[in-house]
Amino acid sequence: VQMPVDSPCLFVIVGKNDNLIYQSQLSAQKKESATHFSQFIVHSSLDVVDDLVWKTNTMYLKAVDRFSNSNISAFVTAGYIKFLILHEKKDEDGIKNFFNEVYELYLKILQNPFYQLNSPITSSVFDEKVKSIAKKKLDL
Amino acid sequence: SAKQMSSQGGAKDLARVGETIFKSVDRFNYELFIMTYGAMVAQLLRDHEDVQEVNTRLEKMGHNIGLRLIEEFLARSNLNRCQEFKDTAEVIAKVGFKMFLGVAAGVTNWDQKKEEYSLILDENPLNDFVELPEGCQHLWFSNILCGVIRGCLEMLQWRVECKFVKDVLKGDETSEIRVKLIEIIPEEIPVGED
Repeated sequence: VQMPVDSPCLFVIVGKNDNLIYQSQLSAQKKESATHFSQFIVHSSLDVVDDLVWKTNTMYLKAVDRFSNSNISAFVTAGYIKFLILHEKKDEDGIKNFFNEVYELYLKILQNPFYQLNSPITSSVFDEKVKSIAKKKLDL
Repeated sequence: SAKQMSSQGGAKDLARVGETIFKSVDRFNYELFIMTYGAMVAQLLRDHEDVQEVNTRLEKMGHNIGLRLIEEFLARSNLNRCQEFKDTAEVIAKVGFKMFLGVAAGVTNWDQKKEEYSLILDENPLNDFVELPEGCQHLWFSNILCGVIRGCLEMLQWRVECKFVKDVLKGDETSEIRVKLIEIIPEEIPVGED
């Protein structure tokens, strides 16, 4: 009996220097290799995001890139921090809501006087909340 | 008994006083205040490797503020100076904290001689959004408050020791400041008088 492979759903936050600030595998992806592959896809879409950012004044960029079955959607904050999500299922509304809620969380992280801008987010509270928002808002 | 009743009125009356003044005071942007305080603590941590040094500095800053804040406090609150040390507790908790921080504190854990008490902060606006970084378990983030209390009481001739014993930022359920009377500061007789 073949176990169904959950559709991969990788969420990353990328800083101003294309540095990784946060990442989370939101689906129940078991294979480590799948995560690495997803990261690669997401990273390669950064150039596309950089171009698109100047063409719109909203933060949510919708789908910016494709790779075989996967879509990459992006959300770029006022401070030019990029939220990217790799997903197979089309779920524009869900992803938009997810981005907006995670953005609120990100703003709270910024308010922590001990958080250095553009540095990795290590807070386990943040991690738990992102996963919980993903469960509620995304069609996984 | 008459001795038990503070000349200032009970905790409830004081709470009302605190509430009234809090509402009437012009307040500038609360978020800016919180962020300024946080930025200052973060900078102190970068400047001093030793966390205890940061605690000491925060307390000294607070002390400096307290020495001057007491005048404004008495003027605004229109309260009389406390006759006895034990009366200071509720005044600080219900009026002082409410006026300046926006949230009143609770008073508890009195010692037998009524010379030591705890201020319980269920809420501390200075803590909003703060997560202590690694290696800062010994930091009392809001230690400035201890200095403020010490400075205020010093101007009223009470030398106290004031320190945090619990902090929500460290995982405790509430934040708790312990205030302990060390001595009554004798009034200085001006030179030339007997």
